[in-house]
Formats: sequence, C-alpha cells, structure tokens
Amino acid sequence: MSLVITGATLADGTVADLAVADGVFVPAADAPAGAERFDAAGLIALPGLVDLHTHLREPGHEDAETVESGTRAAARGGFTAVFAMPNLDPATDTAEAAAYVAELGRRDGHCEVVPIGAVTKGRDGVELAELGLMAGQGVRVFSDDGACVHDSLIMRRALTYLRPFDGVVAQHAQDPRLAGPGACCHESEISGRLGLPGWPTVAESTIIARDVQLAEFTGGRYHACHLSTAESVEVIRWAKARGKADVTAEVTPHHLLLDTPHVESFDTTYKVNPPLRTSEHLEAVREGLADGTIDIVGTDHAPHTQQDKDHPFDVASPGMLGLEEALAVVMEVMVNTGRLDWTGVADRMSVAPARIGRLRHQGRPLAVGEPAHLVLVDPSRRSTVDKHRSASKARNNPYHGLDLPDPVELTVWGGRITFRR
Amino acid sequence: MSAESTARLIWDGNDMFRALKRIAHQVLEANRGPERLVLLGIQTRGVPLAARLGALIAESEGVDVPVGELDITMYRDDLRSQPTRAVGRTRIPVALDDRTVVLVDDVLYSGRTIAAAMDALSDIGRPRAVRLAVLIDRGHRELPIQADHVGKDLPTRSEEHVRVALTEIDGEDLISISQPSKGA
Amino acid sequence: MRHLLSAGDLSHREALSLLDMAEEMHEVQRRPIKKLPALRGRTIVNMFFEDSTRTRTSFEIAGKWMSADTINVSGKGSSVSKGESLRDTMLTLDAMGVDCFVIRHASSGAVAQTANWVRACVVNAGDGQHEHPTQALLDAYAMRQHFRASGVREAFEGKRIAIVGDLLHSRVVRSNVLLQRTLGGQVTLVAPPTLLPAGVESWGVTVSHDLDAVLPQADVVMMLRVQRERMAGGFFPTAREYSAGYGLTAERLARVRPDAAIMHPGPMNRGVEISSEAADAANSRVLEQVSAGVAVRMSVLYHLLGGEGGAR
Repeated sequence: MSLVITGATLADGTVADLAVADGVFVPAADAPAGAERFDAAGLIALPGLVDLHTHLREPGHEDAETVESGTRAAARGGFTAVFAMPNLDPATDTAEAAAYVAELGRRDGHCEVVPIGAVTKGRDGVELAELGLMAGQGVRVFSDDGACVHDSLIMRRALTYLRPFDGVVAQHAQDPRLAGPGACCHESEISGRLGLPGWPTVAESTIIARDVQLAEFTGGRYHACHLSTAESVEVIRWAKARGKADVTAEVTPHHLLLDTPHVESFDTTYKVNPPLRTSEHLEAVREGLADGTIDIVGTDHAPHTQQDKDHPFDVASPGMLGLEEALAVVMEVMVNTGRLDWTGVADRMSVAPARIGRLRHQGRPLAVGEPAHLVLVDPSRRSTVDKHRSASKARNNPYHGLDLPDPVELTVWGGRITFRR
Repeated sequence: MSAESTARLIWDGNDMFRALKRIAHQVLEANRGPERLVLLGIQTRGVPLAARLGALIAESEGVDVPVGELDITMYRDDLRSQPTRAVGRTRIPVALDDRTVVLVDDVLYSGRTIAAAMDALSDIGRPRAVRLAVLIDRGHRELPIQADHVGKDLPTRSEEHVRVALTEIDGEDLISISQPSKGA
Repeated sequence: MRHLLSAGDLSHREALSLLDMAEEMHEVQRRPIKKLPALRGRTIVNMFFEDSTRTRTSFEIAGKWMSADTINVSGKGSSVSKGESLRDTMLTLDAMGVDCFVIRHASSGAVAQTANWVRACVVNAGDGQHEHPTQALLDAYAMRQHFRASGVREAFEGKRIAIVGDLLHSRVVRSNVLLQRTLGGQVTLVAPPTLLPAGVESWGVTVSHDLDAVLPQADVVMMLRVQRERMAGGFFPTAREYSAGYGLTAERLARVRPDAAIMHPGPMNRGVEISSEAADAANSRVLEQVSAGVAVRMSVLYHLLGGEGGAR
C-alpha cells in the first residue's frame, strides 16, 4: 500500500510531507496516484518506537497475553518493534525456541518481534544457554530477566563468550540474598510500616557496580535493565565516565512516574520487580534519562491474569502493563517538563534501543530510502486511562484512572498502518 | 422548643418521694420483710430508683438489701435495627439463686424492656421469684407483662411522650407528659 | 466501624469504648452461665491460613459466648493449597452468607485485601508482619487493669512502655505502636539494629539498644518472641548472645520496677527473650493478657456485629 502524510512536524522541528510506497519512504513527488492521504498538521512524526523489554507470554501463558494481543498493544503505543523476553514456557534458551518466537511474530505480529535469548539454561543462573546457536538465529540480546545472573563467574563468562557475536547481556540486577524471592516493597519507611519484605536499593546497585566492572574487564557488552535507584544511576554514570566499558541502561515508564506509596493499599497492580521507589529515586532516573546516563526507555510490559494478581501481595505475580502508555508517560514526565525534546524521545525510545539490540532497520531517520516505520504523535491530546480499553489481554494497568497524554494518532510499520485512532 | 411549651407536669419531687415510699412498703409487705430480697435497677433510670428503694427499705427495716444494676442492651429484640449500641453496666451484688429479685424501672410501656430483662436474668441465675416495680405504667403493652408495684397508672396516647427526670441523672425529680410538637 | 484491620484505624474514642465494653464482657467471663444473646444468628468464620491455637481459640470462645455460630476453617488442606487465589477462596465463603471473617494470614496485607472483596465484615487476627490489632487492644486492656490494680492513674498518657525483641518480624509491635500513639503511651523499642524495621525512626517512638538503661523507667515491659531460626538469617549470632543483650534474664529482672507490668504476647521462649523468673514474677501479666483476649474479642465482635452492621 502507499501513503502520503502531509504537514508532519519532524523531531527537529521541520515540517515535511512523508510519502510511503512498498514499505519505504519515497520522495513526495513519487507517491503513487492512489495513495491514501493523511493530514498530519500539528502532529509530530517520530521513527517507530522500539521496546527492548517486552513480555509477550506466548508460548506458555496465552491466557495473559499472546503475540497477537501484545503486539496490537505495542502498535497502539506507537511501537514498530518489540524484543520478547525469554521467560516463556518453554524458556527461550535454545535456537529452536528463539526461532519459534520469531515465527510467531511473523505470523501474528502487529509489529516486529525479536526474540531475546536466555543467558543460562532455564534461566536458573547455573549453566550458560546455547548462546552461539541462538546468535545464529539472529539473537543479539540475552537476558535471564525476572532472575538475576547473580553468579559473578557466570556473568564474566557470558560477557566474554558473547563478544564474537556482538551480543549484549541485559541484566535484571537483583542480588538474591539482599532481595530474596519474597522481597516485594522498596525497603523504606513504607515497607517497615506495612510489614512487607523489603527490596533494598543496594540489592540492585551493588550488582550493577560489579557488572560494569566485569564489562570493562571482559570487553563484553552490558545493558542494565529497569534501573530503579539513584545509586544505580550513579554507578552507570561512573562507568560511562571511565569510557572503557560498553555499558547501557534502561528505565521503565512506571519507574519514571509511580512511587512507593501506591502500594499502601496492598493493591497488587502496583507490585513490580524491581519495586516502585520513592520520589528521590524517581527524580534520579528522570535526570539520568535526560542527561543520557540512561540510554533508553524499556516498558517491561508484563501482562498477568487477574487470577495471578488476586493473591496476597508477597505472593502475587510482579509486573505491570506499559506498551500503550509508555510514550504518554515519557511525554508527561520528560517532554512536558522540558527535560527532553522530541529528538531526545526519538533517541531514547527508538534509535538507542534499536542500536543496543542491533536491529539495524529500525530506529532509522524518516528519510527517503529508509524503511517506513513511524508514529504520528498529537502533543496536546490527553485522556483518562481506562484499563478496559486496552489491546492487551491483561488488565494489570497501573495507570488506570490517571489523566495522561494520549498521543498516538497513527502507527506505520514497514509501510503498513498498524494503528489508527 | 414546642415540646417544652406543651409539657404537663404529672409529679414533682414530693409526689415521687411519696410514691417510692409506698412502693418500698409494698415490696416489703409482699415479701413479708426484707429477707432474701435483691433489687435490680434496669439501666439507666431504674438504677437510681433501685438505690432509693434500697435506702427507704434500710430506713424502715434497718437492713441493707442488696442492690444491683442490670443492662439489657444485648437482650433487646431491636438490636439489629440500629447501629451498635453502647453496652451499659451489669452489676449483680449477690448470687440470685433462691432469692426474690425486684426489677426496678421508671416507665412500663410495651413490656419489651422487661422481657429482655427476664432473658438477661435467666442467663445470670435462677431466682425464686421475680417481681417488677415501676414508677409509671402508661399502658400500651405489646407483651403479656404486668407490674407488681406501680407508682401511678397514667393513661396516655401512644404519640405522647412521658419524661421521667431523676436528680442523680437529670438534676431534678419530676414526671411530665407532652404532646408531640407539630412539624418536629 | 465496619472492619477492624489496623489498630491505627481506631480513634481515641473508639479505642477506649472497645476497652470499656471489654470490661463488661470480662464480667460475663466470671459468670456461671457464660452466654450473651447479642450475636444470635450471626455467622463468624475463623479463617486461619496460618496456625494459631491461642488466637483462634480466643476468637472462637468470644464468638460462642456471644451466641454467634462460629466455624473454623484452616488454610492448610483447604483449596488454598490447590492454587486457588485468595480472592476466589474468600468470595466462595462469602457467598455462603457469612457475617464476619476473622482472618489470620502469613502475608502482610492479605486481610485488608480481603476486606475490599467480601460483603462480610473482616477482623484482622494477624497478617504477616503487618498488624495484629486485637492483640494490641488486649495488651492495652491488661495494662489498664494493671495500672488500676497497682493504684496508679489508669490513663495511658505519659505511661512508658518498653517493647523488646524481634521488632522487624513482629505484627504485634506495629499494632501496639499505632494504638499507643492514639492512647498516649510513650513507646520505647529495644532491639539489636538488625531486628528493627526500616524507617522505625519515623514511628514516633524512642529506639534503644540498651535494655538495662530502659528497664528502670518503664511502666510496662513487653517482651516479644525471638525465633531461633532468625540466627540463620544473620540477625544475631546465638541465642546466648541475644539473651545477654536483650533477654529479660533473672539478673535483669531486678532493674524492672516492682509496680511495672511484665508482658509477653506468647508463645514464650523461656531462656531466650524471657527467663522463667521474669515470666512467673509477681508482676508478670502474661496470663491476664490471655484472659483479656476473650473479653476484648467479644467487645470487637459486638462492635462490628451487635447492631445493624455485618455483611452488606
């Protein structure tokens, strides 16, 4: 199909007409006669968003999410590519499992689905998974997400072994002794008062401090997932200042917006790992995202059935939705406060995640000859989030009832409209 | 308030004193003396009345009759129809078994309070006999209950309000009857 | 008052009213016929997802003496172990027409969560490391009895209450601190730093690691249980060392004022946090606490269910 988008404002502020034919941008003059026309006056055109951190639940937990429903939510959120975390059933810890996830994406996806491989077999942190064979299937991101690669030696080996494959270890930083399986609330006055097992900030930052030194020592590529603490931001800043390690970092929308007091009523919607932190940590991750210490926003979109959330707080499944509201949250917290401009948004949510994931055809400029992945954004529209109006099968939406930007007007993936308001 | 303006005085303190004295004598007469008598005042205004009767009996007989308090809140048959009521004090001065209990209250009306009091008594002990002494019997019984000793039979209409004031609680002794104020 | 979930939910007036009414209930406990009709026809389910003979029995007696139909359900062996969600478990029982759930659960917050789901009223009989409001009420009741018996002013204002032991894992301490904040008692918490909850400095209490210095000031000395398995968590090295620093030993007993109450919510680890000399001392109020438990729980149940309250 073909498309002409007129009067769109690009991230750098220039106004342009964008024409799409056969999945790539073409000169506006070359647009086919029958092309659909879309008036984008007042709208901002960004490269299609890329999420380095998505849980799609298929195969294994299709009652919570499928590739079809998850990627439809992604398209509604402006995403044209998602990286699928390997905590599936079976876990993505073999080349075959990775190929299957990619195949599901080609079959059902409303955006590109890129499998992430597990670092260790069964994600249990003991033995390396078949990293090279998975790399042969195009996997470049490896993670035991949900579990930490806590063993220093395994982390060293993974970083070293992946060098020839240009792979990156995406770490879920959680010292399992400092923050055990029951840990579920930011260790603070609130955890003390509610009697919830504490998840101290140092359980994250000490692992990252170790890992960035191992990355420097091994020369491997390291990515810190879902930074939640001021100390972690400082550690990443320090590692980047040394300039000797290939280190990147990520923050989730919920760690940018939501703070610990949300758990006061024991509402398990707000149970997430790492936990929601207090305002000084929110401030630190916002600052880190603004100054580039934190490279990307990753949603950690984690759908769960109501059944899995209807347990006591310390037992309920951790995680919350994020694909549909990620851009809204970044606008609210970063753009509308002047911390980040649209070029910055394009970088943190498209260009940088594509680069870290080595997804070379995404996160590209909106220029003639480039693949046509884009999202059109209305910078002023707002609405109240309604969890029941989600494309996701799950309803664990922590933004339900909040007044937030409602920006996505049109999502185009490879020249195809995957979402239109 | 219009309730005040339409109130009609039935008794003053002297009338009340004379009636209590008479009731005290009746109680002694019926019991053939003070032996094995127990006076139980029903919360709230029955309590000071029982104490006064006790004092009058002591005056005439030179014997202290045991006087106690009985709260019937939890035995009320309309407990569920209102927010939780505060429970008053129950103080039983002696074991009631084989004694004559005189329940004392200010006004006898539907009889439901007394029925509740009898239920309460049965959870506390097994008296030889239970008698009832009230200052005012205003009629309109809803249960088969009669008082043994009555200060005054006072025919009333059910919409009228009988007010018993006692010095110990209200700062004065009087009984009055009032019409419902229109539009109140 | 629709539920009793947290000691912090009680106003000063409500707390004192519960304690006052408990005195009337305590009087019933001394009668030959221990029966009040107030909760006739009410159904109370004691839902104990975690074992507690003491608390469950106390609630069961309280309900029965008030003429309620009380049913005990143990979490173990029920559908809980079959992976059913807490919500489904509670909604199933709620649908049977229960008026009140008395819930003990190993997870903090599980009782408050349930209160959001069910029509019945809910009493927190201890949730995880969070709260145990009826324990705090019965402690306050026993304290007041003690103040009265020892001839001191019965008001809580200005009374010094030392709570000693594993405060990190204790729901009893949280409820006592909240209740005493309302009643006016001055609480001093004594524990090794490893057994103090995060953020305890914001609780409006004094924190000390010197039990010997605290004891002579205290009007109440409340010792909390220290589980031996805490040693594996690195909270303290040995029971011997714990006892030396924080136990109410026979020697340390001399520092407790003779008119101060010694309390323990039980079960006691004699020889660890409390010596037999202290547990059995003349001013020990441990058994009075147990006895107060029934009266206080009768009072709570009457408050919630005695009027038009109960299932919606």
